[in-house]
Amino acid sequence: MIPSALPRRAGAGFKPEHFAAIIAEPQPIGFFEVHAENYMGAGGPPHAQLGRLREDFALSIHGVGLSIGSMQPLDRAHLARLKTLCERYQPESFSEHLAWSTHDSVFLNDLLPLPYTQETLRRVAGHIDEVQDALGRQMLLENPATYVLFAESTIEETAFLAEIARRTGCGLLLDVNNVFVAATNHNLNPSDYIARFPLEAVREIHLSGHSETVDERGAPLLIDSHGTPVRDPVWALYAAVIDRIGPVASLIEWDNDVPAWPVLRDEAAAAQRMLDAAARKTAA
Amino acid sequence: MSHATQSAFAAGLLDTAPPPAGVTAWNSSSPTRRYGVYRNNVAASLTGALAARFPAAERIVGAAFFRAMAGAFIHLHPPHSPLLLAYGDDFPDFAAAFEPAREIAYLADVMRLEAARTRAYHAADAAPLDPQALAGIGPDRLGGLVLVSHPSLSIVSSPHPAVTIWAMNAGEMPVAPVPDWRGEGALVVRPRMIVDVVPLPPAGVSFFRHLAHGYTLAEAACAAMEADAAFDLSKNLAILLRTGAFTTIGRDQDDEDRDHA
Repeated sequence: MIPSALPRRAGAGFKPEHFAAIIAEPQPIGFFEVHAENYMGAGGPPHAQLGRLREDFALSIHGVGLSIGSMQPLDRAHLARLKTLCERYQPESFSEHLAWSTHDSVFLNDLLPLPYTQETLRRVAGHIDEVQDALGRQMLLENPATYVLFAESTIEETAFLAEIARRTGCGLLLDVNNVFVAATNHNLNPSDYIARFPLEAVREIHLSGHSETVDERGAPLLIDSHGTPVRDPVWALYAAVIDRIGPVASLIEWDNDVPAWPVLRDEAAAAQRMLDAAARKTAA
Repeated sequence: MSHATQSAFAAGLLDTAPPPAGVTAWNSSSPTRRYGVYRNNVAASLTGALAARFPAAERIVGAAFFRAMAGAFIHLHPPHSPLLLAYGDDFPDFAAAFEPAREIAYLADVMRLEAARTRAYHAADAAPLDPQALAGIGPDRLGGLVLVSHPSLSIVSSPHPAVTIWAMNAGEMPVAPVPDWRGEGALVVRPRMIVDVVPLPPAGVSFFRHLAHGYTLAEAACAAMEADAAFDLSKNLAILLRTGAFTTIGRDQDDEDRDHA
């Protein structure tokens, strides 16, 4: 099984509108990440751009459509498409979400939550075994941004993720913005969540922006919108994480209201400065 | 969690039902607004996928109308694959039958052109036919040639000036009254990295459709002539070579004769 092995540097989510600016000059970027499903057409500019990027940069392929948290069998045809994509581009890492998006045959195009029980744990671990067997590589599983809870849940999310990683050997993708969003939405302390998270399994970190609203009782309701700079409390949580575990591949995600390339590049540079500080501290 | 719990969760996302039983929040046993975030994400992301594929249609009908039409389409035809780049192939047919859009008779044809453009964008790559490849073929054999379509090729046609209307609403030409209101056709093809929309002269649609269906050059030209006596073969041949709509010379009539012998 090929292990997930991104460089321990700051990366950026690749947006096609940035392609010309990116290849125009050397970029201080450790890796790019793409959504797998955007590269499942037969040809055209998406593959031409990704092939060109791959010449110069490490690559993370991030799936958003496999529905690993589904209580029905995985979509074998989709898994085969992921295998084709990974074989073509040989990414340093493949990741997906602890969530579901397909039910019966309908694809809902959102990362939907699941209760955490022994039954769902067994099911998700089985799906991850299947993915890792099919791809011949270790995958990373990302913690979700959630807005609701389930009465039937019996396991904490952090314990659920730790047990999944233990049973399957998968790595974890710690989305620090998702931690902040979900903890706030569930009236929990995000630092407590991080303290309970199995950090030893983390192979990549995601950073992004969120938006703020309130529920019908006026309690804060944060939405994982990926449309703004990373917020200060998320940077602070991130600093605490890499202070504990040292430098780890760290991605800036910006999917909506995408800014000009230099803005995204500067966000990645900010993450890189924090990684450099963490590296100095680890070395000291 | 049973499959049934996910069924209930999913059903409410394409509807306006309250959160299913067992979906809670720290401060509520029926968190309508929180559950509504998921419903909104589903609607907004799928509507966004359609708006990305049909921007000229959105400009023609306006954002609010488009959102409502997309919402009605999504409700009846949700995607059945995580490959959203192909979602909405049947949205033009839906729009053609969508009662509130009935007065915009050309809308569905503009959308068919837009769908063809995104299909061409993601189609397999292939080198277009080298014009020199035809130069070496004697005039006696030219009529018997069969050409292989480029994987990205579509031929669209409309009883309305849908190609001009598309161009005006895609930023390709200024929006203005259409001077000559009559049917139009176009090739949609991506010989390299740019998708081209090439308006066709009279009977060009018939000519290129026959070629794309594997008829010989002579058969396609005859059919086009029959469709419209104004058909201009040299003009259409020039388009054939210039646009890269075909990739290779397939079997020609001489091969067929040998096969049948």
